[in-house]
Amino acid sequence: MNFLKRTVPLVIAFVMGVLMAMQYYVPHKLSQDLLEVVSRWDRIIAGFAVFIGAYSLFHLHWTRIKRKVEGWGYSIFVYFGAIITLIFGFLNGGKFFWNDKQQGTMFDWLYYYVQVPAGATIFSILAFFIASAAYRTFRARTNESTVLLIAAVLVMLGRVPIGNYISQYIPAIADWIMAVPNLAAKRGILLGVSLGAIATSLKIIFGIERSYLGGGD
Amino acid sequence: MNLLKKTFFLTGIFFISFFITSTLVAQSPAFLIPPTEFKAFDTPNDAGETISLTWSASPNDSPDVFYVIYIDRDKNGAFEKEAIRIKSNTSYRTSAPEIYGYKKKNNDYHYVQIFPKKVFNGEKIDKKQVYYFKLAMVAGDTKIALDTAASASAHGNWLHTKKINNFVIMIILSTIILYFIVHARRNPDMFLRKIGGLDAVDEALGRATEMGKPVLFVHGLTGMGSISTIAATSILSRIARKIADYDANLKVVNNDPIVMSVSQEVVKESYLEAGRPDAYNSDNVFLVASEQFPYVAAVGGIMTREKPAANFFIGYFYAEALILAETGSTTGAIQIAGTDAYTQLPFFITTCDYTLIGEELYAASAYLSREPMLMGTLRAQDVGKGILIIILILGTILASFGLVFITHLFEAF
Repeated sequence: MNFLKRTVPLVIAFVMGVLMAMQYYVPHKLSQDLLEVVSRWDRIIAGFAVFIGAYSLFHLHWTRIKRKVEGWGYSIFVYFGAIITLIFGFLNGGKFFWNDKQQGTMFDWLYYYVQVPAGATIFSILAFFIASAAYRTFRARTNESTVLLIAAVLVMLGRVPIGNYISQYIPAIADWIMAVPNLAAKRGILLGVSLGAIATSLKIIFGIERSYLGGGD
Repeated sequence: MNLLKKTFFLTGIFFISFFITSTLVAQSPAFLIPPTEFKAFDTPNDAGETISLTWSASPNDSPDVFYVIYIDRDKNGAFEKEAIRIKSNTSYRTSAPEIYGYKKKNNDYHYVQIFPKKVFNGEKIDKKQVYYFKLAMVAGDTKIALDTAASASAHGNWLHTKKINNFVIMIILSTIILYFIVHARRNPDMFLRKIGGLDAVDEALGRATEMGKPVLFVHGLTGMGSISTIAATSILSRIARKIADYDANLKVVNNDPIVMSVSQEVVKESYLEAGRPDAYNSDNVFLVASEQFPYVAAVGGIMTREKPAANFFIGYFYAEALILAETGSTTGAIQIAGTDAYTQLPFFITTCDYTLIGEELYAASAYLSREPMLMGTLRAQDVGKGILIIILILGTILASFGLVFITHLFEAF
């Protein structure tokens, strides 16, 4: 059992890890074909995984409705939305699902006039959250937050016409902040992230990090 | 008056003659100076599907003058198939630094790549087929073609020579990491600097246990193919183990079914390892939505209704980062975030109690487990950073004196 649960996945991780790392350095068609095949496997697995995801979602909400936990009414909407979408998807504008997808059907309408605006609504909340987060951050309680406040004010002013109206140096200072200290910090983070990613990859390839298989050792 | 008429007449004659002459000159083949050094060769470092062509620039190069390349499989063929047509003031060797580097004279030569299979679309072609090319220059109705044909066949390459720099760096860094892993086995008492966010994990879990409220673990939006998601599942494993010990309640929300399956397995194994398999409930590791903003709405709803005592945002996040963290902040939960998405870091730093910045996300698993071999990689990362800092300083000094070869030495193609 341990052989199937531990050894086999570790061998697969090692072989595929080394193979795909080497694939990057081999431009030959065979290497490109290997990448294509592996990518196709990934897409196939992802296709099957959708059923697992759908099962998890419906099972969770069914349990919530059955047990009448707090907010169980929202779970009815999950079923309602899914059933309506499925029905119009199968109907396919009267041509049914075994034909090519039709344009301008109720399925499209649900997407463009329900899902997209609902997503945009959630996204628009971000503007208010940015304002509240900025308010908390820009309160100059420490030296660091004072520096942050000054830099933020300069960058914000430098990005709008009024900044140039106040002083022609403000846009130049804003550009400098973005191009020098900001970029330097960003690159520093990226270098650390890259080294971390290499180390993590090696740990997984050589089977040192096994917690992603479940358990710590 | 008579003089004025004569002047107008002569001026008119002059302009008409000038217009006719200039038109004739512009269309005359005698004034198109043909390019030289027309060469064809197998494109280096490719899959064997392209042939590269190069020739010298002509003084006639302008947007109105075109280069046309004809292709044939027979040296004595008719050369009627047009492989490519470009404006003569475009496509220079400067567009292919991976072949020609950064020499100044690259602006004096044109460079194009031809995909013979696309040109002979649908026709059966031998793998070793030699292709012949002829170059013509076209300006309006005038066309001059070079008599000589260039030839080459396309072959795939087994090593990308321009990625050797990358390969060498990878080998050096890998050797350093593996050395420190082995070294760490011999010297398990290794010093690690404190990471506030990870030290606070116990505090957050203890608070959740005391309050009797759940701990919410929120995955990022990327799938299992992303290294940050793998790091997140490793952290989840450590957190789940501690939660099983504390007998607290863990909820893991996912937006990817594969990540959800892996997370279920990881949490289950952690509970098993802690000797609490009965406490594991697979319904607590679930998929809430596979789209970005429905995911945000669903997770926000869970935070608002269930008011978790601690929220963990671990993985790669996009625009949803601030919405999730702000919603969590309003519920009064202890929030610990970890991401390598540098665009979202300021939002997490602003709204969360502790944030694992970039590489700390990858260090978390080793830090929490304190396994010597895993900790060895952290020391290796520090040494790697030291080497990079030396290279950066050296590169800055050299670039300040106009020596930029070190920039090209580390260039990725």
